[in-house]
Amino acid sequence: MSQDSVWEQILDYSSRADPFPLYAELRRTPVVRAQDGSYVVSTFQEIVALLGDPRLSSDPHNLPGYDAEAPAQASGEGPPGLPPSVIFIDPPEHDRIRRLLTRNFGPPHRPGRIDGMIPDLLEIVTSLIDDFAGKDRSGTRRVDIVDDFAYPFPVTVICRLLGVPREDEPRFHAWSEALIEAGDPTTGEFAERQRRRSTANADIGQYFARLLDARGEPGDDLLSGLVSGDGPEAPMPLKEVLANAALLLVAGHETTVNLIANGMLTLLRHPEVLDRLRRGDEPDLAVRVVEELLRYEPPVQFLENRFTLDDIEVAGTIIPRGSRVNLVLAAGSRDPADVPDPDRFDPDREHNEHLGFGGGIHYCFGAPLARPEAQIALTELARRLENPRLVADPPRYRPNPVLRGPRHLLVEFDGISPTRPASKRPTTLG
Amino acid sequence: MKVVVDLTRCQGYAQCAFAAPDVFTIQGDEALLYDPAPDDAQREKIVRAAAACPVQAIALERYDRFGREEVRRPHQPPEAVAHAAAVSPEEAFKRNGRIVIVGASLAGLQAGRTLRRDGFTGSLTVIGDEPYPPYDRPPLSKQVLIGQASARATALPRRDEIDAHWRLGVPATGLDLRGKHVLLADGQTVGFDRLLIATGLRARPWPNEAEARLDGMFTVRTPDDVEGLRQALTAGPGRVLVIGAGFTGCEVASACRELDLAVTVVDRGPAPLTGALGAVIGGVAAEMMRGHGVDLRCGVQVAALEGDGDGRLRRARLSDGSTLDVDVAVAALGSIRNVEWLEGSGLAAGVWGVGCDAGCRAFDLNGVVTDDVFVAGDVARSPHPVYGYQFLALEHWGNAVAQAEIAAHNMISAQSERWPHLALPEFWSTQFGTEIKSVGVPTYADHVVIAQGSVVERRFVAVYGYRGRITAAVAFNQAKWLEFYERLIDRAAPFPPSFRTVDEPADRRPVAAEVPDGPTPQATVVVTGHRPSERRATLVRKTYL
Ligand SMILES: Cc1cc2nc3c(=O)[nH]c(=O)nc-3n(C[C@H](O)[C@H](O)[C@H](O)COP(=O)(O)OP(=O)(O)OC[C@H]3O[C@@H](n4cnc5c(N)ncnc54)[C@H](O)[C@@H]3O)c2cc1C
Ligand code: HEM
Ligand code: SF4
Repeated sequence: MSQDSVWEQILDYSSRADPFPLYAELRRTPVVRAQDGSYVVSTFQEIVALLGDPRLSSDPHNLPGYDAEAPAQASGEGPPGLPPSVIFIDPPEHDRIRRLLTRNFGPPHRPGRIDGMIPDLLEIVTSLIDDFAGKDRSGTRRVDIVDDFAYPFPVTVICRLLGVPREDEPRFHAWSEALIEAGDPTTGEFAERQRRRSTANADIGQYFARLLDARGEPGDDLLSGLVSGDGPEAPMPLKEVLANAALLLVAGHETTVNLIANGMLTLLRHPEVLDRLRRGDEPDLAVRVVEELLRYEPPVQFLENRFTLDDIEVAGTIIPRGSRVNLVLAAGSRDPADVPDPDRFDPDREHNEHLGFGGGIHYCFGAPLARPEAQIALTELARRLENPRLVADPPRYRPNPVLRGPRHLLVEFDGISPTRPASKRPTTLG
Repeated sequence: MKVVVDLTRCQGYAQCAFAAPDVFTIQGDEALLYDPAPDDAQREKIVRAAAACPVQAIALERYDRFGREEVRRPHQPPEAVAHAAAVSPEEAFKRNGRIVIVGASLAGLQAGRTLRRDGFTGSLTVIGDEPYPPYDRPPLSKQVLIGQASARATALPRRDEIDAHWRLGVPATGLDLRGKHVLLADGQTVGFDRLLIATGLRARPWPNEAEARLDGMFTVRTPDDVEGLRQALTAGPGRVLVIGAGFTGCEVASACRELDLAVTVVDRGPAPLTGALGAVIGGVAAEMMRGHGVDLRCGVQVAALEGDGDGRLRRARLSDGSTLDVDVAVAALGSIRNVEWLEGSGLAAGVWGVGCDAGCRAFDLNGVVTDDVFVAGDVARSPHPVYGYQFLALEHWGNAVAQAEIAAHNMISAQSERWPHLALPEFWSTQFGTEIKSVGVPTYADHVVIAQGSVVERRFVAVYGYRGRITAAVAFNQAKWLEFYERLIDRAAPFPPSFRTVDEPADRRPVAAEVPDGPTPQATVVVTGHRPSERRATLVRKTYL
């Protein structure tokens, strides 16, 4: 079978449950050209190098003939166009937007914001697990870890952070799905999908515009901070606020769900680790488990938005200027040339330098939030679910090869342990 | 607990500062300052911080994140001495040899750890003249001066693991190469089979001894120095004078401004940091300093310092005839290599340091390489193929670590298994909320060009070239790009860079580098390989200018 077809096999839904053997095959040729003309890079060193390579742009306008925004503008109807979000632009604009976002999110201006949310995270997780007791589907004690837990949890968190009413979730759910689908390379050609992405983004943006209109005084939430913001570069122009709020909402939605669901699945497949987590006598274990999950079962399998500004030589292959490059993070994090025993799930490994959150200037903005979310979620699931069992292995997966995760994760259990008394509950993790 | 961040490796992702905001703080865009001895109550958060660091740059007391190659070369437990079957002399030495390390600081500690990690089970003695266990110096001119950490709380983590005989507070006073022992100030001798010299530097004192004794005069190298300086700064002096605008001087000035103290910096050169970065980028640093309220005076020297009747510093006379009323002065005049104890040893030791080959083996006075004496860290001076085989003496944290690892590896390896120390020089400096990072040798240049970003915003990458190839890159608040340029230096890529990049300045024209002494004509080599075990130089005949 020719090398080129490995990538297409990976994209095919049939390999969703276990793409890793195909990634191993892909890595044999660090750079391959895909059928759609884009390039695919799959080895650790090469991906790390490209994530920090200034000759790669994240702005699709560097593709020859790219016209993602054209139809929306031409038709003159539909939602007003929004500028691209931080993930699709380059410095210096990227850095300016990212600084403005960070100003309302973390150090140096809001250093304690995420740390201060940790009690909240635990409270949300606790109440979701409390509710499992009432979820007696089909008579047995059974939950869907995705729909009953891994999805609602990060959604609630991102809503609180942004200052979005939780009850609006059904409204933006459809847009979010549309955005995610636009990021699925099996649903169409890149530029066409970018057009769908712009449209969905604009829909969410319009929702945010109305939300901001309807609100009186700005609150302490991130959105208010962006709009009213202080600092030399503030406030962020409204259209930029809308575009990036949409990104945050969706990124906050559709990634952590997979980390938690992949995490629970992996733990159930490695009962010895689940047991250790349940015993709770290794205070750092959850931290290491989550890092290892980001390496071993990463929620974002690859990045498809890198564009060469010049001819670039990668591992002996010239990628010509104006090409689109896919960086297969999930394959890189399991590259045996750089990671010892990469196909083993081993939370005890030292020096875990994975690619789960990308790298370089676009390194995941939400990582400082996603990490404690997953740490707390998995710790509490491990502690409180009595004798949890997978109903189906492998579970059914979502179609998307980029944001890869189970569509449902049915788990049976014997009971729910009570939460720890408030006095014994950690203020952080533990 | 103890924390140390490898800031050569850190790229300012700030993940640590999110996770443990009371321990790790970010200044400006990406300058990290941290508390090296945080309260144990912070432990959980610190562990989360270390785990979250995307480049794994944070080392803790019991959690090994130190050293780039730590797990990539898996630990090999010493094999049991099974049969008396022929063991090679190298293997026998590894099991039962005697190694002595002189200098109990960064390089000495890192060498000791590497020796043990790589299976050296013989006897290890570490001799240090300071009374303290190994500690970290970079925080002394940064976190400590602004009060984020205490001068005596920058101990380096994980000393206990080395299982060594520590002789602290006793200087080595001599070396007998023929008898293979080190002489100590207390009259004892310590025998060795192999020796590592890691005695580093000390601060160059103010040359006028009487003036240097004035109350209010400081240098910055040790905790004692810095504890005194910190006290003097918190006492609310009217004005602080910093003599010398190298990295130490600039960092002290930055701390003064952070403490809202009036500060004058005097340097005889055309701009700050000229010795390290050349006058062009030095000029950018000058603007940055002035923008932060520093009274910077270049092209001027301090002619004399005057005290009052009680021996307290009161005034400085400058070479341009002006005077300054000052209560505190910091002599940041560079350094003196700690080589006096090697006098008469027959080694090539002098003001230049201790000469050694790229495999860290010391040269004798005749320039012949020795076999059992190794050198690492600030005291070493070794040839670098990338820089025309010139002997480089580097005063950088990252070099001390990398060179110590190579030296340690070579000390317990057969000739054919030895590695060259080919790491490119790298350093960082944190000042005025800006992270300055450098790779390569910026003074080995004839031209410099702003390759990315904006000088006005002080967010840029400057690329240095010599005779048509890239030799160095310096980033102000743009650390995430530097590894890319590091690879270009390794490959002897052509200068000026002609490729298109993001954030390309409108005018990408090289200007004369204005470095102190231009290099001499040289060889061009290409370095390949990522890990120390793989890095090798190849001579190439590129047709550059
Ligand atoms: C204030 C300050 C800030 C710094 N900031 C940075 C920075 O931001 N970035 C960067 O890259 N680098 C920085 N450095 C440089 C970095 O700290 C040094 O490169 C590093 O300490 C070198 O380690 P070393 O072990 O080779 O030498 P040293 O740390 O100098 O250690 C040598 C040791 O040997 C001892 N010794 C000397 N003679 C004898 C003897 N005869 N017998 C026994 N012991 C002896 C010394 O007392 C000392 O303890 C800074 C240094 C200082 C002082
Ligand atoms: C486990 C969960 C998550 C994973 C695995 C993940 C992964 C990633 C990756 C790989 C990137 C890099 C994209 C690129 O380089 O092109 C990224 C960027 C980004 N992520 Fe996440 N993410 C997660 C959660 C979140 C959350 C919770 C948020 C919001 C709060 C978020 C917001 C963002 C943003 C805004 C960017 C763009 C940053 C930039 O371009 O500078 N992410 N994420
Ligand atoms: S690179 Fe690591 S040490 Fe540096 S700021 Fe980021 S998380 Fe902290």
